[in-house]
Amino acid sequence: MAMTNRKLGVLMFSPAIIYVLAVVGVPFVLAFVYAVGDVKIASVGYHYVGLANFRSVLESPTFRRSLYDSIIFTVGTQVVVLVGSTVLSLALKDRFTGRGFIRFLILLPWVAPVSLGTIGWKWILDSIYSVINWVLVHLHFVRPFDTPMWLGEPTLAMISVIGVESWRLLPFSTVILLAGLTAIPRDIPEAAAVDGAGFWRTLFQITIPMILPIVNVAILFGVIFVFTDMTVVYILTRGGPYDTTQVLPSLAFFTGILGSDLAEGAAISIFLVPILVAVAYFMLRVASRAEVG
Amino acid sequence: MAIVETRKLTKVFKQGQPGAVNHVDLETREGEFLVFLGPSGSGKTTLLRMIAGLETPTSGEILIGGNVVNHLPPRERRIAMVFQSYALYPHLTVYQNIVFPLKAQKVKKELHKQKVEWASALLGIGRLLDRKPRELSGGERQRVALARAIVREPSVFLLDEPLSNLDAKLRASAREELEQFQKRVGTTTIYVTHDQVEAMAMGDRVVVLNQGTVRQIGTPQEVYDQPADTFVATFLGSPPMNLLETDDLIVGFRPERFLPSGLVAGSGSTDEIASRMKTEHLLLADVGKRVPLRFRVEYIEYLGAERILYGALEGGRFPGKAVASRIPSGVTERYEANSVHDFIVPESELKFFDRASEKRVAPKAIPWQ
Ligand SMILES: Nc1ncnc2c1ncn2[C@@H]1O[C@H](COP(=O)(O)OP(=O)(O)O)[C@@H](O)[C@H]1O
Ligand SMILES: [Mg+2]
Repeated sequence: MAMTNRKLGVLMFSPAIIYVLAVVGVPFVLAFVYAVGDVKIASVGYHYVGLANFRSVLESPTFRRSLYDSIIFTVGTQVVVLVGSTVLSLALKDRFTGRGFIRFLILLPWVAPVSLGTIGWKWILDSIYSVINWVLVHLHFVRPFDTPMWLGEPTLAMISVIGVESWRLLPFSTVILLAGLTAIPRDIPEAAAVDGAGFWRTLFQITIPMILPIVNVAILFGVIFVFTDMTVVYILTRGGPYDTTQVLPSLAFFTGILGSDLAEGAAISIFLVPILVAVAYFMLRVASRAEVG
Repeated sequence: MAIVETRKLTKVFKQGQPGAVNHVDLETREGEFLVFLGPSGSGKTTLLRMIAGLETPTSGEILIGGNVVNHLPPRERRIAMVFQSYALYPHLTVYQNIVFPLKAQKVKKELHKQKVEWASALLGIGRLLDRKPRELSGGERQRVALARAIVREPSVFLLDEPLSNLDAKLRASAREELEQFQKRVGTTTIYVTHDQVEAMAMGDRVVVLNQGTVRQIGTPQEVYDQPADTFVATFLGSPPMNLLETDDLIVGFRPERFLPSGLVAGSGSTDEIASRMKTEHLLLADVGKRVPLRFRVEYIEYLGAERILYGALEGGRFPGKAVASRIPSGVTERYEANSVHDFIVPESELKFFDRASEKRVAPKAIPWQ
């Protein structure tokens, strides 16, 4: 009896194990194998080359630029999302007519397919058809033939990809923060009000510290999400202009898949690992602390 | 220190529905301990929250220290409130909790430490200052909440059922401490409770509320002995006052005044009565005129210090009416289910209410047979 139960258990559990091994484990191991070899797309044979790929990656200015961009992209997005979702969740916390509808609107970017949404943004930011520019021109902020090149100028391009990535991440973060805010008993801000605290003191000394564990979770999820994401960059700028919006995942893709240098692409993506491991470690720690608190 | 006054204060949460608080007029006295007493849902919390500024009145006025404060936010009302849940800030230590109102009200920094120490010493929580609220027991949390309330020396204290989360034993001692504490600081206090024992024990005066309206305001003795209507009469006292309905009147008498006739002075030889009681004092020494009633006991509750007999009247004008009697422990007489006894009520203890309005009216002579 015990034995059959055990067998049944293994049987029921094995699809999950096989799935994880096949979809996560094999590519992961393969990435390491490629990174220390000399494989190219369509090449035959495999020669161990040690750390040569890593050395070449580290020496490449494009890689350094991408690492820098990745950090700017990730941190910038987190800042925008954090401020935005705090404001939004505070605004959506209390009951008012139409709250349900506005919550639905804010959730839309999350449920809409990434590519679809991002292609929409590509048009919004297009050098000729940009509605933003159209509005700016009609408000006489800029002259008709001297409009900002949203995706063509390094700083603006970075701002644009950060903006669109934030737009994607905002619903998720807002929902998490809303859950945190709703968990604060009504008495607490009321006690603060009676104690003499105004809006800002209540916000910074009561509300935000109380939802901090949840904010941390939102940040860590966000960091992992943004740091590994290449969709927005790929669709909007392809890393351009001159690799100024190139992030590590997109660089790995361009080098490894489009540039056929699988080995170097694998080496690039392996640079993501220690950073993500550190983030995941903190995430688990924060999550377990939030439970105890 | 200040006087709180409400004028025709009303709160309607949903239009078309009965108000949670209806036309409440009341006025505290300087330094008074005023208790709002009423069943759950009677509007006590809503009334208190309007005074605190946490709820906007639908109509009517609130005055604190003689000024209308309707338009003032809570922090400008110079009040302190203790919530039923205590509402301690969970992420702050006890010290930080207590100092919070001082910071928020921009009290000079040099004074913070000294004031926190004063408040925490007053409540005996000096050694807890470094703990977080979750590391405290219920009684300790309640003290921290009180310390946070007094530290800024408010002109009015508002307390919403601050003892209801404590266990029975702790509640009794906390009740006494709180009462003493209020006498010492002398701050006008409004205290909300649904517990009549708390209200009677602590209140200088009691405001009895039901369905958002004030039924009676008076000292504990007044609301107990001279209830304004049948609601007050039955809400106070345990078990509640016995009520008998006649044509256009309701006659009431308290269970502790409904007693075995054999045990009341003047109903037998002194020896005989004394032999039936452990203690020598008589239940009602000189009661004057008495109303005899026959009482069929149906069941008995032993409460240690006393027994409660539940049953019904037999014969007379009110056959079958359910009544209760409270017998002090000194009485050794045995009562059994389904036995019939001769009981009496002193006529001076009868209360009369108008049957239509349920308001108390002057005593009348009614036929009992
Ligand atoms: N925020 C609210 N919205 C709607 N109805 C409420 C609200 N707060 C209280 N009430 C209603 O008002 C009445 C009085 O409530 P409350 O003042 O809390 O009573 P108590 O404190 O005496 O138990 C109740 O019927 C309650 O359901
Ligand atoms: Mg209440």
